Amino acid sequence: MQKLDVSNLLCPMPVIRTQDKVVTMAQGEQLEIVCTDPGALHDIPAWCRINGHRLVSAEERDKQILITIEVGEQ
Amino acid sequence: MTQHQADQLHQPRKAVALISGGLDSLLAAKLMLEQGIHIEGINFYTGFCVEGHTHAIRNQDKKKQKRNNALWVAEQLGIKLHIVDVIDEYKDVLTNPKHGYGANLNPCLDCKGFMVRKAHEWIIEHNFDFIITGEVIGQRPMSQRKDTMPVIARESGANDLLLRPLCAQLLPETLPERNGWVNREKLLAFNGRNRKPQMALANEFGFQDYAQPAGGCCFLTDASYAKKLGDLWQARGNKNYDLDDIMLLKVGRHIRPNENTKVIIARDEGETNFLSGYRKRFTSLQASSHTGPLALIDGDTSIANLKLAAQLTARYGKGRTAEQVTFEIHDTSGLQHELTVSPLSEDNIPADWFI
Ligand code: SF4
Repeated sequence: MQKLDVSNLLCPMPVIRTQDKVVTMAQGEQLEIVCTDPGALHDIPAWCRINGHRLVSAEERDKQILITIEVGEQ
Repeated sequence: MTQHQADQLHQPRKAVALISGGLDSLLAAKLMLEQGIHIEGINFYTGFCVEGHTHAIRNQDKKKQKRNNALWVAEQLGIKLHIVDVIDEYKDVLTNPKHGYGANLNPCLDCKGFMVRKAHEWIIEHNFDFIITGEVIGQRPMSQRKDTMPVIARESGANDLLLRPLCAQLLPETLPERNGWVNREKLLAFNGRNRKPQMALANEFGFQDYAQPAGGCCFLTDASYAKKLGDLWQARGNKNYDLDDIMLLKVGRHIRPNENTKVIIARDEGETNFLSGYRKRFTSLQASSHTGPLALIDGDTSIANLKLAAQLTARYGKGRTAEQVTFEIHDTSGLQHELTVSPLSEDNIPADWFI
């Protein structure tokens, strides 16, 4: 699993960084995104739905948000 | 006819749609989908876009939806969306606009030309056929006038590959129309500031709950934001900025007691949390004897200025009527010390210190 730390970045930067990372990955690979903007809890799943990736999990722990996605066909 | 040519004939034509997140770009893209065009959205992030961050920062906005409108539009349409970070490239557009600024620091005409130029580069790279936008003649005073719309098409280099479905019938024919990829008869002739036709069309397509930004698509049209940005440039003596600078202009009270010093005071807990992320870049202070907001000092951190910043910040905390308030001051290397001051009363803060 690959990791991407976008803590302290505000939306839409976490989405942009996720998007730029995902294009370098292969279908079926997973990416864990660590962020702090609660907007990402809405935006990253929406971005996944639109672009055909799968949301594996999304949770808020203390002030951190952890989102795991699986890369779809691109 | 070869098999390849035959296949190409059956491939739908492809267009990229500039998606701002507002109603017009949603409708323009929908009209093209209805004509069988393959559409993907593109959204440019300049750093000034009116999007989720401020909702994320301020407490009072917590209940408001935190959605990103461009993503929402793409989802409604069932299209892909590409969000492109243009923060660095946009600096030149904003600091040096050939066509000048609108009512505030919004360089709309240059901005639109820039975005269409980027979209044009994108379609060349991705093998798409043309570009669409949700522009409507007469809708915006600077960029969406009958005489400025051709300027955007020309200066962006997109020329007749740029189609505006909502008002195309009022404009010269474009290549997608001439080639029969789209049917001009089914394009529209919207004109002027009246939003009723757009709302009726949204209704017809069954779109609800779409965003209706009041001023425009970005903070540069906002008078109080533009004033803060102008102040930043003036204090620096140049128009440089980075993403942190422009984020900070959206947060807190900005008070400039003298030329060399600006104090940014959080307005609630959400802003205090946000500003505390900047403690390595700015000297910060927060009351320890009373509950109160965090403040950052941008500029001169001499003892006299620290004292003044503390007096100002005390005015916005629970200790505002106390004789004395003690502050913890953190410098950028993490060193701390205490400072006790008497709060300034509102009458002692000159109105022209507020930016
Ligand atoms: S309102 Fe802002 S984003 Fe929209 S065209 Fe004007 S400068 Fe560009």
